[in-house]
Amino acid sequence: MRSTITRRTALRTGSALLAAPAIVERANAQSAFDWRRFRGERIEATVQLSPRGQLLQQSSKEFEDLTGIKLGLEVVPEQQHRQKTIVEFASGRPSFDVTEVSLHVNKRQVGKARWCADVKALIADPTLTAPDFDFADFGQGMVNYATQADGRMDTLPAFADYFILYYNKELLAARNIEVPKTWDEMFEAAQRLTDASKQVHGHVGRGLKNANVVLWSSYLLGTPQRDMIDANRQLITDTPDAVWAGETYRKFLRDASPPGSIGFNWNECQTTFMQGRAAMWLDGIGFAAPLEDRNRSRVAGKVGYAVVPRGPGPNHHCALFGAGYGIPEASRKKGPAWLFIQWALGKPMQLRMLAEGRGVPARASPFRNEEAIGRSTFPRDFFQSLEASSKIARAGLPEIVPVTQFRDVIGTALTNTISGADVAAELKRATSEFRPVLEQSERES
Amino acid sequence: MSGGAAALPVPATAAAARRRRNYARRYALFIVPAAAVVVAVILFPWAFTLYVSAFDWRLGGERRWVGLANYAALFSDARFGWAMLRTLLYTVLAVVFPLLFGLAAALAFHRRFPLRGLARAVFILPMMATPVAVALVWTMMFHPQLGVLNWLLTTAGLPPSMWVYSASTVIPTLVLVEVWHWTPLVMLLLLGGLAALPVDPYEAAKIDGATPWQAFRHVTLPLLMPFIVVALIIRTIDALKAFDTIYVITQGGPGSASETINIFLYLQAFAFYNMGYASAVVVVFFAIIMALAALLLWTRQRVRLT
Repeated sequence: MRSTITRRTALRTGSALLAAPAIVERANAQSAFDWRRFRGERIEATVQLSPRGQLLQQSSKEFEDLTGIKLGLEVVPEQQHRQKTIVEFASGRPSFDVTEVSLHVNKRQVGKARWCADVKALIADPTLTAPDFDFADFGQGMVNYATQADGRMDTLPAFADYFILYYNKELLAARNIEVPKTWDEMFEAAQRLTDASKQVHGHVGRGLKNANVVLWSSYLLGTPQRDMIDANRQLITDTPDAVWAGETYRKFLRDASPPGSIGFNWNECQTTFMQGRAAMWLDGIGFAAPLEDRNRSRVAGKVGYAVVPRGPGPNHHCALFGAGYGIPEASRKKGPAWLFIQWALGKPMQLRMLAEGRGVPARASPFRNEEAIGRSTFPRDFFQSLEASSKIARAGLPEIVPVTQFRDVIGTALTNTISGADVAAELKRATSEFRPVLEQSERES
Repeated sequence: MSGGAAALPVPATAAAARRRRNYARRYALFIVPAAAVVVAVILFPWAFTLYVSAFDWRLGGERRWVGLANYAALFSDARFGWAMLRTLLYTVLAVVFPLLFGLAAALAFHRRFPLRGLARAVFILPMMATPVAVALVWTMMFHPQLGVLNWLLTTAGLPPSMWVYSASTVIPTLVLVEVWHWTPLVMLLLLGGLAALPVDPYEAAKIDGATPWQAFRHVTLPLLMPFIVVALIIRTIDALKAFDTIYVITQGGPGSASETINIFLYLQAFAFYNMGYASAVVVVFFAIIMALAALLLWTRQRVRLT
C-alpha cells in the first residue's frame, strides 16, 4: 500500500509546526489587553480627601507608567467635594472625567439626573476591560449598594465604611468589663467606666447635628423597624422604634459622654478617644489608622475592635456607608477614564487599601489574602470585626435625594434632645417638617 | 472791541457745549470694557439671582415657576427668622466690642512709651492670620476636656465653660473670636485718625483748664468721629458677612444655635441644593444690607457736616 503523504505535504506540515509557536505568541500578543491604547491622553479625576484618596495620590505615577495617560488628580475635603461635583454635574460640563460619589449621600441624586455613564456597559466591553478585572470579585452587597433601582450602575463600588465599636482595652480591663454585646450592656458599661473626676467617660459619640444621624440610625437598625423610610417610601422617623433609638441616643450622649458632646463631630470624638478620655466610641471603620498611629495616639496598641452591639429586635445590623467611582456622561474620555477606574479599584490597589488600614475594599479577594493580612500592623480583631460587619451591614441612611436635608432636620431634633427636649415630640416635629420635602422629591423622581 | 467782546460768549458757549457733546460721543467706546465688566460680574448675577428666586429649583431636579412663593415661604419660615435675629445679635456684638477695645487700644498706642512700635506690631498680629486657620486653632482651644482655655480656667480656680459646645454660650464665644481677630483693624483706623488730629484744640482746652476726660469727651471724640464711623461701616459689613469662622468652629450648631443668615443661606444653596429658595434669601438679605448701608452712609454724611 502506497503512502498518501508526499514529500511536499511533509515539508508543508513541518514548516507549519515550526512556525506555530511564533504565530500563537503573536496571536496572544494581539489578544492581550492593551493598557497603553490611550497613551498621550490626559484625564481629570476628583476624589475625596481620605486615606483612600491619599493612596491614589501617592500611587498615581504607577497609573501613568502603566497606561501612558497623564492623570490630573484632585483631592478635595469630603463635604466640599460633594458640593463641587454636584454643582459641576448640574452645569452640564463637569471638569472631571472620573469622580468619587458618596453612595450614602448622592447615589439617588446622581442616578435620578443620570449624570454618570452606566459602568455595566463598560464592564461588558472586552476591548475596554482587562481580562483579569474580575467583576465577580466585587462583593454582592457593595454591587447592590451601587446599583440604582432601575438596574443601572452609575459607579463602580470603591469602598465600604461600616460603623464598628472601638473600645479602650485598658479601661475596660481595669474595671473587669467584657466587650458589650447589646446596647443595654454597653450603656451600663459606659456608666461604670465614667469617672468625671478624672475626665474619663464611658462613651463618646457624635452630637453635632447632621453628623449625629448616623449614630441614631445605628440604634434604629437594631429594632424590628430598622429603616427610616418604609416600602412605600414614606417617612417613619416618629414611630415607637424611632423614638426608642432616639431615647438610646440621648442617654448615651447625655449620661455617659463628655460634657459638650452636643457639638462633637467625628474629629472631636476621635481626639477624645485618642487621648484615652473615652472608653468606647461607635463610628466608621476608617478611624482605625489614626487610632493606631503611635505618633499621634495615646491609645495605639490598646484599641479593641468589635461589631456594633445588638438592639432589642431580632435584627442585628451595622450601618453601612460607601462610595463608588463614576464617569460623567458628559465626559469625552470615557475610555481612559474607565482604565483609571480599573486600575484604582483593581485587585492590587484594593489589597493595599485593606492591608494599610485605609478602608474596607469593595472587592472580596483582599480579605482572603492571609499573607497580606498577616503582614499588616493592624490587630487581628480589626480584620475579624470587618469581616463580621460585612455580613450584617445595612444602609445607614435612607436612599433619597434630599438626604442632607434629612440629616439636618432629624439631626437638629436629636441635638435638641441632648439639651433636654422630649424625644418623641422632637422626632414628631422633625418628621412633620421633612415629610413634605421628601414627598416633593419622590414626586419629582 | 467791546461790542465784539460782548458778542463772543454766545458762540463760545455753544462751541463748548458742542465740544462736550463731541467729547462724550468720541470717547463713549472707552467705557464699554468697564461697563461690560460691571454687567458681567455685578448686574447679570443679580438679575439672574432675582430670576432664579422665582423658581422652585433643586439642582438635578425640575425647575418650576412659582413667582413670589419662595418669598412667602421665607417670611413664614421660623428658621429664617431666627437666623436673622442671630445675625443681628452677632453683628451688634461683633461691632460694638471691637470699636470699644479698638478705640482704647488706639488711645494707648497714640501715647509715647518704650517699645511702642514693637507693641503695635504684636497687637496687629491676629489681623494677619487666615480666618480659617484662626478658627481651627480656636476650635482646639475651646474643646471642653482637652482645650487650653478650660485648663486655664480650672487652674485659676474657676469653673470650666462649654464655650461653643453649648447653645447658651456659643454666640458670645464666636464674638470673642471675632473681637480678638478684628480689634487690631479698628485700632489701626483710629490710630490713623488720632495722628491726623490738629494739636491747637488740645492746647486751647489745656489753657481753659480741661481735664483729660473733658479733652477726650469734647475734643478727641468729636474730631475722631468720622474715623469711628468709617470703622463702624467696615466692621458692620465684615460682621454681617461673617461665615468662615462660624462655619469652621460650629457649622451653625449646637443644633442651630449659631446659624446666622450666611450659614442658613449656605445650607440652602450648597447642602440642600435648593437654589430658588436660596436665591430668595440672597435677595432679601441684599435689600437689608442696602438699607443698612444707606443708613450708615447717611450717618457718616451727617457726622462730616456737623
